[in-house]
Amino acid sequence: MAAYRISPALQRVLHAVKHAAFRSRCCIIVSRAQYSTVYDHNEKTFDKILIANRGEIACRVMKTCKKMGIKTVAVHSDVDANAVHVKMADEAVCVGPAPTSKSYLNMDAIMNAIRQTGAQAVHPGYGFLSENKEFAKRLAAEGVSFIGPDTHAIQAMGDKIESKLIAKAAKVNTIPGFDGVVKDADEAVRIANEIGYPVMIKASAGGGGKGMRIAWNDEETREGFRFSSQEAASSFGDDRLLIEKFIDNPRHIEIQVLADKHGNALWLNERECSIQRRNQKVVEEAPSTFLDPETRRAMGEQAVSLAKAVNYSSAGTVEFLVDSRKNFYFLEMNTRLQVEHPITECITGLDLVQQMIRIAKGFPLQHTQAEIPINGWAIESRVYAEDPYKSFGLPSIGRLSQYQEPLNLHNVRVDSGIEEGSDISIYYDPMISKLVTYGATRAEALKKMEDALDNYVIRGVTHNIPLLREIIVHPRFISGDISTKFLPEVYPEGFKGHQLTATGRKELLATAASLFVAAQLRAQKFLGDLRVSNTQQERRSWELCVELEKGVHMLGVSRSGATYTVEIDGDKLEVSSDWNLASPLLTVTLNGIHRTLQCLSRNAAGEISLQYLGTTFKLRVLSKLAAALSVHMPEKVPEDTSSILRSPMPGTVVAVSVKAGDTVAEGQEICVIEAMKMQNSMTAAKTAKVRSVHCKPGETVGEGDLLVELE
Amino acid sequence: MAALAAVRRCRVLLHGAVKSSFRGSPSQPRSYSAGRLSVQERIERKRQAALVGGGQKRIDAQHGRGKLTARERVALLLDPDSFVEYDAFVEHRCSDFGMEADHNKFPGDSVVTGQGRINGRLVYVFSQDFTVFGGSLSGAHAQKICKIMDQAMLVGAPVIGLNDSGGARIQEGVESLAGYADIFLRNVMASGVVPQISLIMGPCAGGAVYSPALTDFTFMVKDTSYLFITGPDVVKSVTNEDVTQEELGGAKTHTAVSGVAHKAFENDIDALLNLREFFNFLPLSNKDPSPVTECHDPSDRLVPGLDTLVPLESTKAYDMLDVIHSIVDERDFFEIMPNYAKNIVVGFARMNGRTVGIVGNQPKVASGCLDINSSVKGARFVRFCDAFNVPIITFVDVPGFLPGTAQEYGGIIRHGAKLLYAFAEATVPKITIITRKAYGGAYDVMSSKHLRGDVNYAWPSAEVAVMGAKGAVQIIFRGKNNQADAEAEYVEKFANPFPAAVRGFVDDIVVPSTTRRRICRDLEVLATKKQTNPWKKHANVPLAGKKGRGRR
Repeated sequence: MAAYRISPALQRVLHAVKHAAFRSRCCIIVSRAQYSTVYDHNEKTFDKILIANRGEIACRVMKTCKKMGIKTVAVHSDVDANAVHVKMADEAVCVGPAPTSKSYLNMDAIMNAIRQTGAQAVHPGYGFLSENKEFAKRLAAEGVSFIGPDTHAIQAMGDKIESKLIAKAAKVNTIPGFDGVVKDADEAVRIANEIGYPVMIKASAGGGGKGMRIAWNDEETREGFRFSSQEAASSFGDDRLLIEKFIDNPRHIEIQVLADKHGNALWLNERECSIQRRNQKVVEEAPSTFLDPETRRAMGEQAVSLAKAVNYSSAGTVEFLVDSRKNFYFLEMNTRLQVEHPITECITGLDLVQQMIRIAKGFPLQHTQAEIPINGWAIESRVYAEDPYKSFGLPSIGRLSQYQEPLNLHNVRVDSGIEEGSDISIYYDPMISKLVTYGATRAEALKKMEDALDNYVIRGVTHNIPLLREIIVHPRFISGDISTKFLPEVYPEGFKGHQLTATGRKELLATAASLFVAAQLRAQKFLGDLRVSNTQQERRSWELCVELEKGVHMLGVSRSGATYTVEIDGDKLEVSSDWNLASPLLTVTLNGIHRTLQCLSRNAAGEISLQYLGTTFKLRVLSKLAAALSVHMPEKVPEDTSSILRSPMPGTVVAVSVKAGDTVAEGQEICVIEAMKMQNSMTAAKTAKVRSVHCKPGETVGEGDLLVELE
Repeated sequence: MAALAAVRRCRVLLHGAVKSSFRGSPSQPRSYSAGRLSVQERIERKRQAALVGGGQKRIDAQHGRGKLTARERVALLLDPDSFVEYDAFVEHRCSDFGMEADHNKFPGDSVVTGQGRINGRLVYVFSQDFTVFGGSLSGAHAQKICKIMDQAMLVGAPVIGLNDSGGARIQEGVESLAGYADIFLRNVMASGVVPQISLIMGPCAGGAVYSPALTDFTFMVKDTSYLFITGPDVVKSVTNEDVTQEELGGAKTHTAVSGVAHKAFENDIDALLNLREFFNFLPLSNKDPSPVTECHDPSDRLVPGLDTLVPLESTKAYDMLDVIHSIVDERDFFEIMPNYAKNIVVGFARMNGRTVGIVGNQPKVASGCLDINSSVKGARFVRFCDAFNVPIITFVDVPGFLPGTAQEYGGIIRHGAKLLYAFAEATVPKITIITRKAYGGAYDVMSSKHLRGDVNYAWPSAEVAVMGAKGAVQIIFRGKNNQADAEAEYVEKFANPFPAAVRGFVDDIVVPSTTRRRICRDLEVLATKKQTNPWKKHANVPLAGKKGRGRR
């Protein structure tokens, strides 16, 4: 694509530019190296590796390749031609248009890229082709190494039933249950007693929670059996039922394993991944607060025996559900590098990608189990381009108009594949980065995470930092009292952002007022202008009126140097800062306490948006006079939204179920929008006739676009 | 007595709200009968009467319409305690229709005038008082405005008009018309000497509309301001059109359809606070340099996002505002006419603290082509910048002029010529960055080297050519086969910055991320630029009336 448009001479110019940018990137990597692993350059692995992925994981793999002196090949779709992973790679090949099925999943094109560049091995990252046995087979057929387990292991662990059987045989704890169909209520009670309460009765043909009951005693089992079979019959036309142990308030804890081709296997401790929304992990940590050394060892040993049972080689992850009494049950095994692998790297000092590459080349493991440490604590927050106020996160898209990772802080690692100016598009996963903090203790790592989130500048897309920042300071999270139901339990009404305390409110008001005054004073500073009045006295005190969350506060501000004293309801707060009005970060000292806020916007009408403790608050600062006069300003009537359906996010219209003139009932589905692999049903907010339909299937819509109007 | 009591009531209100903004003795007037009043007390009474304009009832009515009074507006616009009022004692001189009666005389008449400061810088201001005869323009009213305009010219300071007037003072007949003409003449004389700004905050109809039209910038308040030659009633009787005030001359109409107004604001307070911000961008007069404010944004800041902003496919759009926001100081861009002729973006920003005018084609709208409306919008802005020593930065991504009968019949030739004329005539520092397309005559127009551009840059994505590859090949190789090969050859030859660079038509090919640094450095160099055009009485810009049926 690029060659089509740009002449060779210009290409040289561009190359030079690219190269310069690239060098600076390398420096960052070197200064952030945190692996204790030695990169032995005499240990010859591969000359050139193709990374069949995009985004942060492609960049992550390339970083290690560079350290190992291996040349890298990126593949990319045409919209990713300028992506960071493409710039980082030594070579790049376009493998098709934007949709993943035509590019990153396009095996033919990727095989061509391998042949064209002469790559000796392929690292698949996660997702895409990472657990695709067909791909692994095709590579093997052409003599190209697949940096991952062999096809047998991929296949065995890819099948839910087969993997459970293998696990059972390898003496791995599996969820106790009855493998056949339950005949009647009496049998159900008998089986339930065998398994031990609580149990889950579920439809054999089931899914989506239908025909599912939880029973804690015999009586509930009988009742559950009756209801479930009725529901199963009506929902699926199949009333056959299964019974298995119900894991109450489970945690999701997984064990990282590493195995070579010589029958050696290690477990690299656990990762606690219980904080999830819609089965997607949000915050992970290693180690887990919940495991004692015995449980950890038991889990680790079972994970290793499972790996050995399938002749596993490479890095893999065995996922367990752990109940409140530390019973653990095998869930599944992921035969690839996990998203959250960095926290394991932080506490063990191993570079997992390096190990995967060594293993793929046939080198034996470098460590024994006794040499695997738990050093300190690591936390990972997945920073997503999504709106956390809508079901804990609906995707958002846009261009990162400003972007600054908190790499100025120590013990912070950011794995990302984007940079300022990058587009977050509807085609791919909306993850912006993985923000990892590390500390000697959990408390230290958590404090660092607070600072890192406060210092993370992301503009242009909606992001989930408000939610991440709230999770890590929640008392239940801090005490380690978490489960996979954490989010719905803690925020039953949905996430609403940080709730201000009385002190927090004052801090926020004082900061906004001080910022306003600093901006007002700066507006009077004309350089070298002899016509500015010098008879006017420089003001020292202000009376301001600040609106915040529908509350109106009268504040007095007085200034001495760069310090403002703000009086709110009899309290005095001292606010000092360098008042740099160009920086997106606003570092202030409030009565001696350091805080980093972010000023998202500020306008002439006194409106200020501040990000405080992760959440964005809208304030309005007016002089006393302007506030007094604003009572006369007409109220603008907001648009009645009940009769207008707008797209809550950017995406593609999959289906439209109504046409103009139809009558719809409240809650009835009107259309379906798909964004980033998720289908969202849009429903009517009231019972009404459809006035007009403004979208059709297949169309791309932006956030806030009008879909349907009701009468 | 009753009147006096009313005055006292109003005083209480004003003291509560805006006392600090006015000069004058705060002592309480005592109740003497008129005949025994001393001069001192008469002064005091008149001054107090001037402060309440048309009286509390009308003030309440004004507030009820969601509008502030003339004095409240002045108080918000200017720095606290800086307003110096002129002519608070002037009264109208009409003696017909009972106008000579005492209760029809209001000290100061229907306008408040004077001077004050905005962030310490001098400004002259008049604020029409709707509570006095509906803000109608009497001879005295006009005389007051002319007085401050004359002084503004003498000292070299901008004039801000806050318009809220029902129109001519009908009782005064031709005297009122004469007053309008006096103001128009001063508007014209002041044009290019001091910046003139109109903020329409209520009705402005009939001949009165021409004063704002002659000023440099016209802003409006949404929902409460109207500008039209004739109101809906007259329209109905003459053309039989049914149209509301809002549709005919509301803020939306004038900012999006007619292009009469440059921007609209939510309400009076919003408008006045924004006007203060806007004022900070302007030099005080044509003798003053472009202002420089304290700047916290490093002048050598790199903008990495720009290196990937221009899409690889030349048919794909991007947002020129992304370019502008990321290059200027603190992402602070005061856009002029943001809702009109969106295929060109114009507005004020700062580079290393110094005010600059920004002009940019907007590829997101109509591919950034030049048409009638965008040419006129751009031309007027460029001429303002040139008149007031504001350097011009031009971002070029233009596929050409918009073809079609609508444009040709509408006179795209003479309207396009205005933009060409404006750029050619301008003697302020001119820096041009070609971000992508610079095709055909539009390349020449957009502040090209040939029109005395001081520094002209091209990004690596620039394509300077007579036209796009496809069209060119169809002409050069008419009727020949293998058009695709020919097209590829053309692209190789022309769809890049080299043809312009080898001829010196661009001074350098620059890495986009360094653009801010380069512009700041160039502006420093060009600060002492001196260039004059040949002596002339005045030039003959191709004015001819705009009859655009063009793109909004």
